Amino acid sequence: MSLSLVVFYLLGAVCLGGAVGVVVSRNVVHSALLLLVSLMGVAGLYLLLLAEFLALVQVLIYGGAITIIVLFVIMLTRVQEFRAMKDNPQWPLAVVAALAMFVLLAAAMIKGAPSETTRQSVSFEELGSSLFTQWAVPFEVASLVLLVALIGAIVIAREGGEE
Amino acid sequence: MAPEGLTINYTAVVIAAIVGFVGMAIMFGASYLLSPKKRTAIKDMPYECGIPPAPYSWSQLHMRYYIFAILFLIFDVEAVFLFPWALVFLTSIDAVFYEMLLFIGILFFGIIYSWKKGVLQWN
Repeated sequence: MSLSLVVFYLLGAVCLGGAVGVVVSRNVVHSALLLLVSLMGVAGLYLLLLAEFLALVQVLIYGGAITIIVLFVIMLTRVQEFRAMKDNPQWPLAVVAALAMFVLLAAAMIKGAPSETTRQSVSFEELGSSLFTQWAVPFEVASLVLLVALIGAIVIAREGGEE
Repeated sequence: MAPEGLTINYTAVVIAAIVGFVGMAIMFGASYLLSPKKRTAIKDMPYECGIPPAPYSWSQLHMRYYIFAILFLIFDVEAVFLFPWALVFLTSIDAVFYEMLLFIGILFFGIIYSWKKGVLQWN
């Protein structure tokens, strides 16, 4: 077994362990923190695939910002009224949905699995020069998307938060 | 892909991860071994600047924090693009430099907007 395969299984175990913890934990804040573990495992997998920029994005945005948002949203709700999660009566539907998703993903992986491929590292320089020359317009559009998200969030929060 | 490339490229990452985990384990272990274990109710109380803590450990945050979290998310996404840009803007064509200025400028409008709307006010 090659070294990268060992690393892959270790990181996969971290991801799966974190994900199972998210679902199993009865405390929502613990779930959010375990989600962070799972996301960091995914960042490790990106690094293993030599997708360095994706790994950076995963750590900075998912590990940093998204987890913060999730925690903030938990703290914005009235958690003291339902701090331990009860079993939801809709759980059979959730099982069906999860199994359907699993079957779909498994089928896609079995059908569309690429044969032996080699990982190719894309350096930051290559990524930067193609992002800022060939893909300059989508890059600028991304800033507009972010601006719309920002303004939308302010409009919603101000209307909802007026006392 | 030979695993050698991985070991060469990411040795520093692996060392940092190991040092991080071992360091945390040592700190927690030392704190567990060295600390006196006489627990009282008042010692178990969370420390909050010396005043008795609020009735709930999870009291509801004000909606205003949400805006700051969203602002943080948006500018975090902006910051991610600065990393590849910082490596190429000196060697690439001039337009690359001004592209990022435009990108930041468009997002700066968001800051102006939130300032004008008073969401940065804290009172």
